[in-house]
Amino acid sequence: MPDTLRPERGAESDWQLLWRLLSYLRPYPWQVAGGLAAVTANAVLQLAPPYLTKIIVDEHVAAGRLEGLGGIALLYLITLTAAALLEAAQTSILQLTAQRVMFDFRVQVYRHLHRLDIAFFDRNPVGRLMTRVTSDVDVLSELFTSGVHAIFFDLFTLAGIVFILVSLDWRLALAAFSVVPLVGLITRWFRRNIRKSFRDVRAWVARLNASLQENIGGIATVQLFRREAINQRRFAALDAGHRDANLRGVFYYAVFYPAIEIVATISTAAILWYGGAQVMGGALTLGGLVAFLLYAQRFFRPIADISEKLNGVQAAIAAAERIFGLLDTQAEIRQAPRLGAPPAPRSGQAEGGREAATSISFEHVSFAYDGSGDVLRDVSFEVRPGERVGIVGATGSGKSTVINLLLRFYDVGRGRILVDGRDIRGIPLPELRSRFALVHQDVHLFSGTIASNITMGSEAVSRESIERAVAAVGAGPFVSALPGGTGAAVAERGATFSTGQKQLLSFARALAFNRDVLLLDEATSSVDAETELAIQEALLAVMAGRTTIAIAHRLATIQDMDRILVLHKGELREAGTHGELLERGGIYAKLWTLQYNPNPSLRPGS
Amino acid sequence: MRPPECYHRGGDSPWLIVGSILRLLPYLRRYRRAYAIGFLSVVVTATLALLAPLVLQYAIDDLGRSITHRKLAFYAALLVGLALVGGVARFLMRRVVIGASRHVEAEVRDDFFAHLTRLPLAYFRSRRTGDLMARAMNDLESVRLMIGISVIDAANTAVVFTVAIALMLSIDAGLTAMALLPLPAVSLAVRWFGKAIHARFQLVQAQLSEVASLTHEGLSSVRLVRAYGQEDAHVARFADATRRYFARNRSLIRLQAAFYATMTFSLGVGALLVLWLGSERVVRGELTLGEFVALTAYQAMLGVPMVAIGLLTNTIQRGIASWKRMLEVFDESEAEGVPSRSGEGSAETPAHWKVEASSRPGAAAGLPRRGLELEFKNLTFSYGPGLPAVLRGVSFRAEPGQTVALVGATGSGKSTLLHLLPRLLEPPPGTVFVDGVDVRQLPLEILRRQIGFVPQEPFLFAETLAGNIAFAPAGEDGGGSARVREAPPTAVELLSGGFDLRGTGTFHLGPAVTDAVRRASAIARLDPEVEALPRGYETPLEERGLNLSGGQRQRTALARALVLDPPILVLDDALSAVDTRTEAEILEGLRGGAASRTTLVAASRLSTVREASLILFLDEGRIAERGTHAELVALGGQYAGLYSRQVLRESLEAG
Repeated sequence: MPDTLRPERGAESDWQLLWRLLSYLRPYPWQVAGGLAAVTANAVLQLAPPYLTKIIVDEHVAAGRLEGLGGIALLYLITLTAAALLEAAQTSILQLTAQRVMFDFRVQVYRHLHRLDIAFFDRNPVGRLMTRVTSDVDVLSELFTSGVHAIFFDLFTLAGIVFILVSLDWRLALAAFSVVPLVGLITRWFRRNIRKSFRDVRAWVARLNASLQENIGGIATVQLFRREAINQRRFAALDAGHRDANLRGVFYYAVFYPAIEIVATISTAAILWYGGAQVMGGALTLGGLVAFLLYAQRFFRPIADISEKLNGVQAAIAAAERIFGLLDTQAEIRQAPRLGAPPAPRSGQAEGGREAATSISFEHVSFAYDGSGDVLRDVSFEVRPGERVGIVGATGSGKSTVINLLLRFYDVGRGRILVDGRDIRGIPLPELRSRFALVHQDVHLFSGTIASNITMGSEAVSRESIERAVAAVGAGPFVSALPGGTGAAVAERGATFSTGQKQLLSFARALAFNRDVLLLDEATSSVDAETELAIQEALLAVMAGRTTIAIAHRLATIQDMDRILVLHKGELREAGTHGELLERGGIYAKLWTLQYNPNPSLRPGS
Repeated sequence: MRPPECYHRGGDSPWLIVGSILRLLPYLRRYRRAYAIGFLSVVVTATLALLAPLVLQYAIDDLGRSITHRKLAFYAALLVGLALVGGVARFLMRRVVIGASRHVEAEVRDDFFAHLTRLPLAYFRSRRTGDLMARAMNDLESVRLMIGISVIDAANTAVVFTVAIALMLSIDAGLTAMALLPLPAVSLAVRWFGKAIHARFQLVQAQLSEVASLTHEGLSSVRLVRAYGQEDAHVARFADATRRYFARNRSLIRLQAAFYATMTFSLGVGALLVLWLGSERVVRGELTLGEFVALTAYQAMLGVPMVAIGLLTNTIQRGIASWKRMLEVFDESEAEGVPSRSGEGSAETPAHWKVEASSRPGAAAGLPRRGLELEFKNLTFSYGPGLPAVLRGVSFRAEPGQTVALVGATGSGKSTLLHLLPRLLEPPPGTVFVDGVDVRQLPLEILRRQIGFVPQEPFLFAETLAGNIAFAPAGEDGGGSARVREAPPTAVELLSGGFDLRGTGTFHLGPAVTDAVRRASAIARLDPEVEALPRGYETPLEERGLNLSGGQRQRTALARALVLDPPILVLDDALSAVDTRTEAEILEGLRGGAASRTTLVAASRLSTVREASLILFLDEGRIAERGTHAELVALGGQYAGLYSRQVLRESLEAG
């Protein structure tokens, strides 16, 4: 599979992307209709004041009639109020709808991510995926909030003005529009240049950021090698590049708006000159001319605004392309067709007396991560229900891969894995995974409470079984010392807990879920001797009545296992009990001596 | 340069705020001409914009009475002429003032960066990179808005207000008062809404970062979540946070909607009043139609400055707050002994370290020909008052040309000890000596020029491999010379005629540098792999050198330390990711030039230290055992235990 997030098929055209984006509005027909109605009505209302002005000038001022003037003023006030209310309605309806759509987008993208293969996460750093969920979606919201509706609004206004101008006096309108081609040229020039300028500025900002990050992160190296002055000079050069790119942007803006202004004035002058002649000839009223002038002045602003907003639309389309690319990426490991109802999660009976336990067997399994060499080579072994098996081996021997394959984070290359006699590729994923409880070396705690960390949000785990699990693993004393007990807050990554405490909580998690098979991935490394004792006891509680596969670096933690498998460079080299393996004097025996050197002067752990 | 410190710092009282603003003045002073031109342009722009309605007024009035085609054409031409002049002035005003603000921005950022590079290392331990970056980029942006666009806005508002109101008054005082009726309301509304919107916006941002951190948490624990089958619960949690984000956005949007509506309405009321009352007066003959049209036009022009006043105060408040955040960093004192600014601190290299130009590449840099003597005297060190000592009573001496090795468990103090020598950490006075001179007495620039330091985790930069190896400046005046732009070039730059900003271009290395780089790479055993690369030493590295393997990165860092052939070499567990055989070759190579340098090496792998003149076994910051390899093995203590375990591990790896 080609890497990452680009769509595999030919890229969709901008229109297709836009269409697909708009399809997200489908759940909100009323809001869309309401918003459009408000925009249209507001655009129409924008045209009222000049018209009322015309009436005032023509029918009152020019005619010298005072009666009725108050009525027109009242009408003006009403339009004004209506315009203000419509403005509010338009803003809130459209923006809120946009926010709803963004909400749908975010949740959809996030949910989709949780369905993608683990291999996908190996290829895509978390930071990049986060950009999709956060900033890319934000850029999209620009499209719905300021982009589309503002452009609609401007277009309506434009159309209305054109209509009125033409109906007032089409020849005069032609005179006013004579400069439109000029506006088109200026706008095109501006759009082309400003887009390039934005791109340049973004690139320079990225370089500045990279340089800052590099120099702050590598400050020790910079200072050690006396690079301060040189790096300052280089940074200054980047800074100058950034400044100059911005200055170019300033230039385009500085030219664009005055240029549009000048063109608008030319149009005004043309109206005055030609329209004035008409008035002199009696073909036009003075009020008509005044109204015409007022409308014409409103004609050019929307054109300038639209051209600026199109840039935002362009950025949104680019973001949409990235997001859709992600949404179109499909998982390769899919759920097998569900055969019958999934088993209800078993919980609430954490104490002993368990009987159900699962058997596992690996048959000639080989596996390689994405093109690199085999991590497992023709590995076969069997774990009987309720058996406790330890897997040992040096770093890179393939131990963790065994667990990754068993949970079907990846599919085997060759061979097969059976759980209770069924090939795991034929078992629906939720059913397969509902048999396992996993305890990791790096305990991952989430922000939330102790309880929410144990249930991980699952509703199936009862309050009672949380308390019982906490007690069973010996975490009771420290948890009840916390304010709120299991309701106590946990900071991000559990920063306030010691390694041992976190470890105990992860055992409690495994116990509360009450699964058939316990998978321990280096679960007991890196703790002090006292904690280790507590953990050993907790472990016994958790393993009771369960099939257990424990991967261990520290051999002491698995010496009591029913059977120990020794992996070496991807192959299964030895198997047996601790005693048998020591006697054999092979790899395991060497590892053992290495860790528990009989040399009397040696202190463990130093 | 950094902003002068003569003014008050910190705090919130008006005087202190004035004080912090005054510290911007030195930057602005250089652009006073630009600001003068800009101000002039604002006056011209505003005046001309105000004249246009006057022309319309006369034209329309004349149309009502008597007019010739020529006169009409004259008015039309006058309009266009005014617009042209006004356009030029408008162009100048944006270009010059915003341009100046961009220049000031770059200068402040250069100084900010320069200041950062001179701060003591300890400062960075307590700071998040993201925070410092935000100050250099986002805060500076707010400051720039304050000294750029808002200067224009302020001047424009002032001029338009004065002139427009003066002109309106000359037409009709009563109507003018009516036109100005919405002014206080508008300005207050803009200020009030501006503040409230800003506050809610920050709530929205805070919730967005909550969403972001949940996303991060969820995506980085994806294996665990999946193993327990709790994807749905996580999505629900995410949806909750996102829903709260939506809710906060909703309150922001409602506020904005109310704000826009208020603006539309109150600006419209002014227009209505002028229109209504004005037309009445025209009918009564108190006002000409032309005057009436001009009044309406002026009234419309007041709208923008009315809004601007409110926005201006918000921009300035934000700008000041940001500038204060930048001053916090500027006010941190630089590392001791940095010959930073005017260069007055740069002491002479002790005369006896200098050499007659000769054999070694470092000769040009004034490095001595022999290794320097190092001595640690009863060194006790802790990271701060009240913290436990990391090193306790450490004393030893390394004679010129000797290799002294430090061995011990993680956390035994090896790395700390090595960091004290180049004063990356500040040792207590009278504890660390180079050639009999207390390192605290030596200017940093000179001290560090003597030392080639290879850290545990090498930090490579996104430039070419050659640029990373020939990293240190070769010239006498390296460290922190006064003017950024006068810094001496690196050898690579000298010989290639400048450097490439993106780090991807090609260098044409001159023979001298190529030789030095090659020699260093040969000792670091980097050369065979480099020569196999299509672009050799000109291969561009990615950020942090991530396109190299760990071992390659370490060997590049070693070559970097060796390239100037320094009299002191410090290896801080620098070969941990290099395989044993290559390591042996590197050590062999290093022994070749051993006499000319003194080497201090910390290692977790004992093969690295076997041949050392002296091995120190550190245990919790104390020297527990000392001697040669043979002596320590014979002693049968901790070192011997460590050694036997390693022999075993090697045999296991081999099997």
